[in-house]
Amino acid sequence: MTELEAVIGLEIHVQLATKTKMFCGCELSFGDEPNTHTCPICLAHPGVLPVPNEQAIRYALQIGAALECEIAPRSIFHRKQYFYPDSPKAYQISQYDIPICGAGRLGQVRIHRAHLEEDAAKTIHVGDSGRIHGSAASLVDFNRGGTPLVEIVTEPDLRDAAEAAEWARLLRETVRQLGVSDVNMEEGSLRVDANVSVRPAGSQELGTKTELKNMNSFRFLQRGIEAELERQRELVGAGGTVEQETLHFDPASGHLTSLRSKEEAHDYRYFPEPDLVPIVPGEEMLREAREALPELPAARIERYVSELGLADDVAATLAADPETAAYFEQVDTDAAEVEPKVVANWVTGELTAALREAGAEGGAAESKVTPAALAELVTLVARKTISHGSGKTVLAALVAEGGDAEAIVEREGLAMEGDGDELAAIVAQAIAADPAAAEQIRAGNGKAIGAIVGAVMRETKGRADGGEVNRLIREQLG
Amino acid sequence: MAGVLDLSVAEAAARIAATELSAAEYFAAWHEAALGDELNAYLFQVDHPAAQQAIDGPLGGIPVAVKDIFTTAGSPTTAGSRILEGYQPPYTATAVRRLDAAGARVLGKTNMDEFAMGSSNENSAYGPVLNPWDRGRVPGGSSGGSAAAVAGGLAPCALGTDTGGSIRQPASLCGIVGLKPTYGAISRYGMIAFASSLDQCGPLTRDVTDAALLLAALEGRDSCDSTSVGIEGGIVAPSREDLSGLRFGVPRELARDAVDAGVREVFEATLKRIEGLGGEITEVGLPNAEHGISAYYVIAPAEASSNLARYDGVRYGMRAGGDGDLLEMYETTRSQGFGDEVKRRIMLGTYALSSGYYDAYYGQAQKVRTRIAEDFRAAFAEVDFVVTPTSPSVAFGLGEKTDDPLAMYLNDFFTVPMSLAGIPAISLPAGLAAPEGGGPQLPVGFQIAAPAFAEQKLLEASFALEQAVGFAASAPVPYLMGNGEVGAGD
Amino acid sequence: MIDREQVLHVARLARLRLSDQEVEKMAGELSGILEHVDRIGSLDLEGVEPTSHVVALENVWRADEPRPSLPQAVALANAPEPQDGAFRVPSPQADA
Repeated sequence: MTELEAVIGLEIHVQLATKTKMFCGCELSFGDEPNTHTCPICLAHPGVLPVPNEQAIRYALQIGAALECEIAPRSIFHRKQYFYPDSPKAYQISQYDIPICGAGRLGQVRIHRAHLEEDAAKTIHVGDSGRIHGSAASLVDFNRGGTPLVEIVTEPDLRDAAEAAEWARLLRETVRQLGVSDVNMEEGSLRVDANVSVRPAGSQELGTKTELKNMNSFRFLQRGIEAELERQRELVGAGGTVEQETLHFDPASGHLTSLRSKEEAHDYRYFPEPDLVPIVPGEEMLREAREALPELPAARIERYVSELGLADDVAATLAADPETAAYFEQVDTDAAEVEPKVVANWVTGELTAALREAGAEGGAAESKVTPAALAELVTLVARKTISHGSGKTVLAALVAEGGDAEAIVEREGLAMEGDGDELAAIVAQAIAADPAAAEQIRAGNGKAIGAIVGAVMRETKGRADGGEVNRLIREQLG
Repeated sequence: MAGVLDLSVAEAAARIAATELSAAEYFAAWHEAALGDELNAYLFQVDHPAAQQAIDGPLGGIPVAVKDIFTTAGSPTTAGSRILEGYQPPYTATAVRRLDAAGARVLGKTNMDEFAMGSSNENSAYGPVLNPWDRGRVPGGSSGGSAAAVAGGLAPCALGTDTGGSIRQPASLCGIVGLKPTYGAISRYGMIAFASSLDQCGPLTRDVTDAALLLAALEGRDSCDSTSVGIEGGIVAPSREDLSGLRFGVPRELARDAVDAGVREVFEATLKRIEGLGGEITEVGLPNAEHGISAYYVIAPAEASSNLARYDGVRYGMRAGGDGDLLEMYETTRSQGFGDEVKRRIMLGTYALSSGYYDAYYGQAQKVRTRIAEDFRAAFAEVDFVVTPTSPSVAFGLGEKTDDPLAMYLNDFFTVPMSLAGIPAISLPAGLAAPEGGGPQLPVGFQIAAPAFAEQKLLEASFALEQAVGFAASAPVPYLMGNGEVGAGD
Repeated sequence: MIDREQVLHVARLARLRLSDQEVEKMAGELSGILEHVDRIGSLDLEGVEPTSHVVALENVWRADEPRPSLPQAVALANAPEPQDGAFRVPSPQADA
């Protein structure tokens, strides 16, 4: 059987955190009484006209800049027509063939486009009314209707479910740091749908794709994609063909339900929106969008890896949260003589573990360990003034009480005895005191070294650096 | 008080401002006149307002009949359709608010072809409107109620809308002045949409000065309408006395045999008058204008099919079939709520936008439109104005053209190109002619079109011509005959 | 020009229900209109830009400042079937 590879693209809807809706001045809200944030425009009364929200356009340009998209010099709105109670005009004002943002990139995934549109209203289904002739009904709340959205579509560059979820997290973090959206999947300000297909490994053609919806966490996104890939692989493996359809993933049961109805696919009858005029961003607006960007995760990861020599996963962990990143960079600056790699490992490794041990809430930046204190600590360890083990002791103390690393070393008497010569002398003494072990070590029995190391540690009251002791023993025993 | 009903809006406004005439009494007189409506011009009339404090503004104290396509908070708005029966808008159209700000007051809402689709006002769900010159004939459409009200002495002036000729053509058939401004001159907010890229609001009045007065109050950029710009420099009352130095172009492609003989005669006579006033008549080419109807009857229905999709029984207006499922409700509501012409245009428009047909129909029509606009620009490099008859015929009989939609559409032949190009055009009553089948004479309109935003020039030339024609003085205009009474053709 | 099938398809897109008689009449009327309109199909308009906007405006927008919303009662004032502060509508029919 031919190996089938997965081809995944994502379609993301981001609700913008503007004050008002896309085409009218009603305030955005969440969870308020129904139909308390509506007006003739977002209720689509006869005779009303849309007027676009400038801030939404600016936020869309910032997203475009963050995703390195080509910005259209001139873009227009289109009407996308379909009948549904949550769409009061029976058309959604969106963008069609001339979107505001074109091709771009985030991390390893290419962006196809990003455009502005308005959100639909909310429909809640209610059961049988109890009326004699009643059937199931829906109640429509137009508070959400008209909320500005940016829809981001990727190229089908993703190759497995975990990668897709990971990238989606990166996108979420990137948009969050822009400050243009709450990007909260549970509240619906971030919605991620996946387009999934399979094809023979190595093939350049795309298989028929299905669209997966209703996954409101990254974990469900991954599981949903996995479930659909399994379904498609089984189907194709058994000689069947994948049909184009939309599927809902139910995380509780792990089932995929097809939404394919008896009707034909939608004919949206797009045409340019005559009530709105083109958007021509111009140099100044584009510059303002670029300048509004903070250093974003992808760029920071790139910088940590290429300039500071950090490993990919360590860089990703640090870069994910701007406060942790800032903390790390401060420590790195203060501990000038220590390699960034070493500093990074202290932050993501030892410090994280120490905070967890102590049951502390929040990360490095919220802890009592100031960057200066940590910088001092890692420097002391790097200079071998204290052992790595002692360093962890000092760290635990810093986590508990804050303060100064040197002061704690002083107080606890953790400084290693003298300099290297003094340690070498102690090692020589320990070897001389245990000739049997020395003999074993010379004979190649590595385990015997423990006895000598133990003796040295007892003599130095545990402050000697274990690695250094090992080295000296081997050096002295040839 | 019959005397005050003979005053033009300009005259009445001046007297009210000079406190020679009481605004309250003036309104009361018109209110009473409107109650005598036997033309079915009104769908709704306001209650007589209590004695008002002094109303300031250039239109202080002037009652205006408003086409029922403009939303008016606190009173019903139907757009001539069953689907909006009982609907009370929660807001008022900008155009109406501007009239209000100028001191005018709404007298009533006038009857119209349903959703502005029609050229005879026979498509209203609330019955046809009758032409005050001959009650067996149509007043034109879709602003038929507004035109009949002004022509029939039921309102001193009125507000209408024009998408393909719906102000100019009824003005022509009713012997009054109708002006369609440049697209974007007046806000469309609150004007129930038919074809968004073509709809424009405009005045229907007895004379050019009154039209200028209303336009001055109406025009202007509105923050609620992204496509509005207003008219730079504003509008003042015209005063031009002759037409020397002005060139008038007659488009050779729009010369058709299908223009009634009587209409052609009045048209030629008016050209002579222009020359008599010092104007120069010349021929111009508008090579693509003959395709105007074809392009219009793709673009307008396409946009209409989209604009009318919101009438779905969910949030306001009529709902039927609500005991069934959602599809049942949509289909029953819309099938029962819309009339035949509206359904026809929705079908046509939906087809033109549907998958596989967009490029051939909508796409192609928008290209024809570009060409027509270019034709006018080229023509205006040689002439100041383009002139045509407004309508190929005088008012036709009720029921005469209702069986042939295409024949009805061809009424718009002369008016549609200006709508497509977005340029301003006015219809002036230029004379009387007998209908083709014989009978008492009926009004003939003369259309003058100008470049975009050249309304002041247009009004000046129209004023001079109007003085020379002297229509109201020489023709038995119904509005000077007493309330709603028929003039010639009784 | 436009046959029964097409008329039914377009009617469904537009959420209009036509009786058999109406379908036939509509097919005839639309065909007649389309025949006239089709003349533009033969015009050579290669390279002509379609008019999508009549006024030469760009960048018309508004500041992101809140404006008062309608009170709930007013929002629902014209509702054919208000319920619990919302607009009640029938559900779509569940697929068989």
